[in-house]
Amino acid sequence: MLKSKLSSRSRLGSLSRVFQHGDRPWQGVIIIISILVIILMLAIGGMLWVQSAGARVKFGWSFLAPTANPNWDPVNNNFQAWPFLFGTLLTSIFAILFALPISLGIAIFLAELCPAWLHTPLSWMVELLAAIPSVVYGLWGIFVFLPKVVAPVGVFLGDTLGQVPFLGSLLTGPIPASGASRLAASLILTIMIIPTIAAVSRDVFLAIPASQREASKALGATEWETIWQVLIPFGRSGILGAVILGLGRALGETMAVTMVIGNSIQGGVSLLQAGYTMASIIANEFAEAVSGLHTDSLIEIGLVLFIITLLLNVLARFLVWRATRQTPQEARV
Amino acid sequence: MSHFAELIDRNRVARGRQRKAANIIMLSLTGLLTALALVPLFWIIGYVVIRGGNYINLDFFIHLPRPMGMTGGGVLSAIEGTLVVTVLAALFAIPPGVLAAFYAARYPNTPLGVALRFSTDVLSGVPSIVVGLFAYSAIVVPMGHYSGLAGGAALAVIMLPTIIRTTEEMLKLVPATLREASLGLGAPEWKTSLSVLFPAASSGIITGFLLALARAAGETAPLLMTTLGNERFDIGQIVRGGLQGHKSIFSIFWSIVNQPVDSLPLALWKYAQQPYPERVQQAWAVALVLMLFVLIVNVSTRVWIQNRTRRMKG
Repeated sequence: MLKSKLSSRSRLGSLSRVFQHGDRPWQGVIIIISILVIILMLAIGGMLWVQSAGARVKFGWSFLAPTANPNWDPVNNNFQAWPFLFGTLLTSIFAILFALPISLGIAIFLAELCPAWLHTPLSWMVELLAAIPSVVYGLWGIFVFLPKVVAPVGVFLGDTLGQVPFLGSLLTGPIPASGASRLAASLILTIMIIPTIAAVSRDVFLAIPASQREASKALGATEWETIWQVLIPFGRSGILGAVILGLGRALGETMAVTMVIGNSIQGGVSLLQAGYTMASIIANEFAEAVSGLHTDSLIEIGLVLFIITLLLNVLARFLVWRATRQTPQEARV
Repeated sequence: MSHFAELIDRNRVARGRQRKAANIIMLSLTGLLTALALVPLFWIIGYVVIRGGNYINLDFFIHLPRPMGMTGGGVLSAIEGTLVVTVLAALFAIPPGVLAAFYAARYPNTPLGVALRFSTDVLSGVPSIVVGLFAYSAIVVPMGHYSGLAGGAALAVIMLPTIIRTTEEMLKLVPATLREASLGLGAPEWKTSLSVLFPAASSGIITGFLLALARAAGETAPLLMTTLGNERFDIGQIVRGGLQGHKSIFSIFWSIVNQPVDSLPLALWKYAQQPYPERVQQAWAVALVLMLFVLIVNVSTRVWIQNRTRRMKG
């Protein structure tokens, strides 16, 4: 009786020694979960690859090739993604062009100029812009932003810059009366990516060692000359990273863009015409896709979007990491 | 000679003035740009509050949508659907997110730790519509129909990176002495993690959950291809029907999550494109509810996190 009790206890003891009092299973669990998270990332790409097989096999690279006469014909099962690729690139690039100066201004103001008591509330307000749901932007876009801002601006641009020979091809009007156009999408994307670019570049500025500023000012530079000729060149790669992160966000933004871009498949290059982006064609047509090939084509567009954003994110993280990494004692408090 | 010196001198003075003017102009420009960026924020919030506030009443919260073109009715189906989908997402995302964060915080520099943080970063950059396509391929296609379950899974993928990152950061803020004290008393690693580190970091971790939940609740794109929308979704009716049919609790739960559901952002998207003014009015009301929820969660959790961080660092 006693003996068996002892032996059972020692067996338990050896068992708990093997498991290191439960630490082995615990480590096993957290390792497996971590591996699953990594697999999840790979699975997204893998799933889209598998599910888009039909379109990939049938159309090959011509699916993505530039064309002046785009073909998107669900009835005859003929699909080409170029207008969506082009729409996404055009709207995102213009969004970056509009957002970069504003975001840099915000970042400089927050990091270098604004009084300490204003810093936190201002940062929060800028970041709240990113918290508002995309559909709310879209609703506001349809009923307020399009008629009040985009339509007048579009008419003005078409009448002035649209007449300039070379640049004019980007701005041939007239803009649709509702204002729903690629310009509207670019402008609403601008608002939506400002928080990303501003917040990251603010962190980049804050990570620049104070010695840089002091040296520049000791040489007699004004505040602005310090910012423009010392800080911005110093933080260049970090700011580039911020821009790429913003670009990644602009490429994938769906709802607000879908609601203001006008949703029409055209071959033109003008900002002032209605268009489509990769995300908005998926949002608009996926639930009503008429054939397997239609669904596959939309998933292939998603796959392309995934690959582009993946590459951009990797690049951006690397740049930001390189810019904000530094020896702690040099950091500005 | 003196003439030249005078010229140079005058030049220098003029240039100095120019530099000072440029300085003032550019510095005030940065302030102006900051103000400019905040215009849309206040414009959107103000407009949504005024338009939406006019159309919110009790019916809005307790009635199912009426047929198109009829006035009245509410968005009960969307509210219940959003609850179902976000609760499912939280259930799917929080346990693995927290466990992975324990690994990331404990072993940040092992190959697996680096890969984990890298994947978290990448996951947070994946467009939500792509996540929707993934959930469609992985769940809707095998199951053969749209469901709240698939929507929950899609939102879980969106929440996961936020949860991992905030939990990891909060765990890192816990003083090392707490950990060492617990280990020194003979507690094994898992017990230290779960009953010392986790409680010490819990309020920060909960704010992370809330932030992730707020983001997920406003997501529309992934729901388009997973939950689809269902204006007649009514949990009360499903439960009543199940009870009358003497079904088990599990089968009632299953029938709640295993069918297409509505959700607030989805309803907003659909209503905004309707020609009926009643629907557009409801869209504004939905926008107000969504926006207030997101803003309140965001602001309050930020305040909380900041106080917490200050206290733990100080």
